[in-house]
Amino acid sequence: MTMRIGARQPWDAQLATELIGAHLGGEGILLPILHDLQSTFGYIPEPTVPMIADALNLSRAEVHGVVTFYHDFRHEPAGRHVLKLCRAEACQSCGGDELAARAESLLGIKLGDTTANGSVTVEAVYCLGLCATAPSAMFDGRLVGRLDPAKLDGLLAEAER
Amino acid sequence: MSALRIYVPGDAAAVACGADDVALAFAAAARKRNVAIEMIRNGSRGMLWLEPMAEVATRRGRIAYGPVTPTDVDGVLEAMIADGGPHPLCIGVPDEHPFMQKQTRLTFARCGVVDPRSLDDYRAHGGYAGLARALEKTGEIVDVVTRSGLRGRGGAGFPTGIKWKTVAEAKADRKYIVCNADEGDSGTFADRMIMEGDPFVLIEGMTIAGIAVGATKGYIYVRSEYPHAIAVLNDALHMARRGGVLGGSVMGSSFAFDIEVRVGAGAYVCGEETALLDSLEGKRGVVRAKPPLPAHKGLFGRPTVINNVLSLAAVPLIMDKGAEFYRDFGIGRSRGTMPIQLAGNIKHGGLFEVAFGITLGELVDDIGGGTLSGRPVKAVQVGGPLGAYFPRALFDTPFDYEAFAARGGLIGHGGIVVFDDGVDMARQARFAMAFCAVESCGKCTPCRIGSTRGVETVDRIIAGIERAKNLDVLTDLCNTMKFGSLCALGGFTPYPVMSALTHFPEDFGAPTRLEAAE
Repeated sequence: MTMRIGARQPWDAQLATELIGAHLGGEGILLPILHDLQSTFGYIPEPTVPMIADALNLSRAEVHGVVTFYHDFRHEPAGRHVLKLCRAEACQSCGGDELAARAESLLGIKLGDTTANGSVTVEAVYCLGLCATAPSAMFDGRLVGRLDPAKLDGLLAEAER
Repeated sequence: MSALRIYVPGDAAAVACGADDVALAFAAAARKRNVAIEMIRNGSRGMLWLEPMAEVATRRGRIAYGPVTPTDVDGVLEAMIADGGPHPLCIGVPDEHPFMQKQTRLTFARCGVVDPRSLDDYRAHGGYAGLARALEKTGEIVDVVTRSGLRGRGGAGFPTGIKWKTVAEAKADRKYIVCNADEGDSGTFADRMIMEGDPFVLIEGMTIAGIAVGATKGYIYVRSEYPHAIAVLNDALHMARRGGVLGGSVMGSSFAFDIEVRVGAGAYVCGEETALLDSLEGKRGVVRAKPPLPAHKGLFGRPTVINNVLSLAAVPLIMDKGAEFYRDFGIGRSRGTMPIQLAGNIKHGGLFEVAFGITLGELVDDIGGGTLSGRPVKAVQVGGPLGAYFPRALFDTPFDYEAFAARGGLIGHGGIVVFDDGVDMARQARFAMAFCAVESCGKCTPCRIGSTRGVETVDRIIAGIERAKNLDVLTDLCNTMKFGSLCALGGFTPYPVMSALTHFPEDFGAPTRLEAAE
């Protein structure tokens, strides 16, 4: 999938205006706008909130409320790599909790945090739909099934390269 | 000589197990041998322990090999060139595999067989016969769906035909068909497999729904965790428009219908239909009070059919083969087939579509082969994070909406997650409450606050602090959540909690039944 983190653009108000404008006229367009902004900038930059509010005739509070409701939307850029570890029941049944603890201990951070050198953000995800080949992970948009300590260590090493 | 036709699934589960690398290896190996191949990225047949499962088209039909790693590819290709010859990984004709032979594949008949990105292949395998029939007698569609006995496969089990009838009879300037593809339950992946393996069946089902109720616009709300499904759906929608089965004139008729894919943003509660509608409208995914029902005031206040992927995907076959054909499968008030998903710590995990009535024990032990770890099965959770944990003692429960309800559980979206004897059920009960606390939309108090108090109470029980009193508190709290919550998130979280407590009290610090008897 095209979710390469390297493709992130630096903040650009003009580009943001264009991304928002491309959706105007459609119905229920706030989530599509937020997805576009995040895939472009890597997060939802704060200045976009009043811009969206203006364009959609909403209050800033309403836009802020939506941005903060959904787990996907970031308020700051993630690390250079993003490792999502599934913490849901099917993965728990196959040792997912232990793998999450291993990642936390090897990186010295908690799920949801980014390493100090900015190399990797590790976060929990609740189900990738790969429940018969558990435990599962997603590394920069790449799916990994049948995760084990060796595969996890490989991903963490890849994140440091 | 025509090119050798090789199938390597593009299904996300197969890809997670290395299918993309296997596909590349086949291409490289074929180049090296100067053999012309045609590579098709099909969906998965659902035997997920065999993924990546590569197939070759031969004079005897398709022959499968799996699980294939890139290092196996040279040898497997050689066997494939020998018209599907022997190889240690050869599993023969996939349809003749015992796991497939025990199934009744109605909704999943094409999944893993066809090229999901080919409208012609879909038509060649019976696709769009249902829509053609529907267009001949548009006034009878709702009646056929009602008589088929189809019930909502998302979990609630509400009769699909009645929902459609309500929308058909509603008067409005616009109506909508919304497909709930926010398949967030752990242990479920049937929606994902259909969207990735046979997307046109969903598109066809939604189109039939649109014609039946007088809607011209449909939305598929897919969770963001499913990027492969989103990509396949968007490609398929494009092909459907180009092929004239979607758009201004559906199959040359006077009916217009189009579909758009919308992507969720990681909120579990958006799988609840009214929260999903709010999310589609661009709002926080907050649950609505009912009434009004979505069938009366749904998306943007308009009459809306909102159905799960599997409900809509069952419709084309029902229209093609007739209500009676579908209704003749199943037991009691659970008619037709259910695509069951065997997941978690299970030897033979995958997609198992079967008529209602098969027992939980048959599914876990006979079909699934027990645990992957080889240890004894301790508990299975049926129906996702809001489903009950069943002990072995209840393995005679038949897979049926009412039978599961009678035993304090639910079949939900048909996911079964198996746990071996290493599982700590108090920890699972705590997780259920913690998950509810994180995912609660916050609208109703029993769910928003009850879940947090629930975590604290389970913690006290585990720590042995005033155990008896806290068990009473937990039971009372679950009762409040069950009957006082607005939707199934708060309302059903008590299922995993109370079932864990009822069936596995020893994990909550109680003396085991054996010790108590002594």
